Amino acid sequence: MLHFARKNTFRHGVHPPENKDDTAHLPIRQFPFAPVLIVPLSQHLGKPARPVVREGQEVIRGETIAEADGFVSVAMHAPASGMVRRITLAPSIAGHMIPSVFIEPFPASTQEVDDGEPCPLDTATPDEIVQAIQRAGIVGLGGAAFPTHVKLKPPEGKQLDTLFINGVECEPYLTTDHRVMLEQTDDIFMGIRYLLKATGTREVIIAIEANKPDAADRLRQGCPGDLPVTVRVSPVKYPQGAEKMVFSALLGREVPSGGLPADINAICCNVATTAEIGRLLPRGRGIQERVITIGGPGVAKRGNYRIPIGTPVRFALEACGAADNISRVFMGGPMMGPSVSNLDIPITKGTSGIIAFTTAETGEATGHRKVYPCIHCARCVEACPIFLNPSQLGLLAKVEEYERMAEEYHLMDCFECGACSYVCPSHIPLVQYFRLAKKMVRKLSAA
Amino acid sequence: MAELKKYLEIGSSPHITDGASVDVIMRNVFLALLPVTVFAIYAFGIGAALVLATATISCILTEHLLCKATGAPSTVGDWSVAITGLLYGLTLPPGLPLWMVAVGGVFGVGIGKFLFGGLGSNAFNPALVGRAFLQAAFPQAMTHWQYPFLENRFEQVPTSVLAMPFAEPAYDAATAATPLARMKFEALFAETPELMAGLTTGSVGETCGVLILLGGLYLVVRNFMNWRIPVSIFMAVAVMTWIFQQIDPATYPGPLFMLFSGGLMLGAVFMATDMVASPITNPGCWLYGVLIGVLVVVIRFWGGMPEGVMYAILLANAVSPHIDNLIQPRVYGTGRGVQ
Repeated sequence: MLHFARKNTFRHGVHPPENKDDTAHLPIRQFPFAPVLIVPLSQHLGKPARPVVREGQEVIRGETIAEADGFVSVAMHAPASGMVRRITLAPSIAGHMIPSVFIEPFPASTQEVDDGEPCPLDTATPDEIVQAIQRAGIVGLGGAAFPTHVKLKPPEGKQLDTLFINGVECEPYLTTDHRVMLEQTDDIFMGIRYLLKATGTREVIIAIEANKPDAADRLRQGCPGDLPVTVRVSPVKYPQGAEKMVFSALLGREVPSGGLPADINAICCNVATTAEIGRLLPRGRGIQERVITIGGPGVAKRGNYRIPIGTPVRFALEACGAADNISRVFMGGPMMGPSVSNLDIPITKGTSGIIAFTTAETGEATGHRKVYPCIHCARCVEACPIFLNPSQLGLLAKVEEYERMAEEYHLMDCFECGACSYVCPSHIPLVQYFRLAKKMVRKLSAA
Repeated sequence: MAELKKYLEIGSSPHITDGASVDVIMRNVFLALLPVTVFAIYAFGIGAALVLATATISCILTEHLLCKATGAPSTVGDWSVAITGLLYGLTLPPGLPLWMVAVGGVFGVGIGKFLFGGLGSNAFNPALVGRAFLQAAFPQAMTHWQYPFLENRFEQVPTSVLAMPFAEPAYDAATAATPLARMKFEALFAETPELMAGLTTGSVGETCGVLILLGGLYLVVRNFMNWRIPVSIFMAVAVMTWIFQQIDPATYPGPLFMLFSGGLMLGAVFMATDMVASPITNPGCWLYGVLIGVLVVVIRFWGGMPEGVMYAILLANAVSPHIDNLIQPRVYGTGRGVQ
């Protein structure tokens, strides 16, 4: 393992075209308010938030509109000053209907954000920081949307040593973390101070991919002398940004199967999440907007935008000049981002981008390709970053041997990066099979 | 602001692929075989051309007709059967009667591939199944070798090639001895440069080791072949041969002779590497290659026949699923990955 640690990368993986040049140089711009913002009460993994506003009530931008319900839950904040029109069910990216707060922004409002009760870095205890992060509604902004404060409290008996700040951003097209590192450098270091205090870690490693040398330079130069930070640059490879890959690449250690990063005394936090902690906590504010990349061949005005949470995808695309022949839209990068079936779903805290493909990239052009039988070419085996045997798993999935997949071939360790489907010359929907299989296994074990 | 299109295509991620496709891989393997094929026709003339054409056409037709007969769409378009046909032709003696060539092709594809379930399900390399069938059915015809570079090879079709079905083929000349037969029965070892350049006799496409290696190199560079399989075969054969040569140089030839004689090059580069019938993990491929190499040496040195590449590969094909059961990748976060 040491050998690979020196190279700052992991074994296997794939090299999709990066497609970041369109937006990487564009500064973050503020996005306009949509006529109606839809704030789902469940934008994170865990229990939905409990609303504390009524229909017909006026809210001020940044005001708490829902509180955390239990520990694995976070608060929600008003993305705009306006009127709560309805609190009702709205469709989500996954296809479920979830309770959401519909807010109509006041057209004439200046949309000032009021500061709340700050969390002072010097005097706050670790527990107070954890609570402040929960109150601020902070979740992993890289895409997983796991409540950040939960990660900061490791299970009893686990000690955290190393804090990883993940600025790898290995998904093609996405450039939000890149811009945040360039434009919010001080926020990131403030966030690191909070995280160091909350977790008791003593060492910080900022992970970056080699396609962002300007960000690495900016972080190295901007780092305050008293912070124990090293910036480590990894070669460009997908999925370098996955937490497990960051650990094996930079720490030379693997998270045990079914275990937590705390088992190897590490914690990993997305760079944009860290920047938000550093920006919001001193002012006592909450997350009511986030930085996303709107891009892809189907969009004219590509860019990085600070966009209010709850903006409908339709509004975002129309404002950015969507092409007429747009055919597939997905949230996040093209490797893992779920595709949008309904343009009225809102942007949530976990949305790192909206990428639109046209008919030239999908459908007849590439999408409906002939599926051949598996020819055991082993390209998927060579691609899988966690060393599964996707070929064998695919054959088992086809005959619905889900339990065998889990018991003998470690199905449940798959984190669905999609590298296997990306390389498969037989065009077998491998990761798509595995998503289904994992759902079936969970269902079977729950029954 | 334009009204957005009403209907969107949806699909599970990833939304992009690297563009690889089975038919692209297969076409490239076919391409890699072309230099060997051209040399084979140059060395053995019209007879070889007819054998290769008959082999390829019989295999393609068999698959096409069997698909039609079972009501399935024809799978000829994936090019895999074209490779099988050409490879099969390259392993045959240049003067083999065409009707035998066709029978072997029908058997190889029909029994060796289609009956197992077609592409991806064949346990054995179908080209070698066809050849093994001929070896068992027509042992004499399968060991009658024509001299290469005959004067009249482009004008005259060898009489034996056009023999009527089930008739005793008539040969224009006495059989030539392959370098391996001379090693086995006369303890005479051919010069290595002669072997590498394809100046000796043998099956249609097995004689020119240099061109075979060139084709293999192309596939390795394009990442369409696992180089570990041929390399492990070469290493196993070379090491084992060297040891026995040290013990008794009069009986046993040197490593280079063993590598470049007979069907070893063609088998190691194009037959053993059949993705379907070889193991999926790299450690498995090393084991599989070493197994083939050892079997080749054992059959050549101590078996009843001068050549053993075909049987060595078929035996290893049979073991391959068991190697895959035995050797699985070590999953992240298990075993030695966790201290």
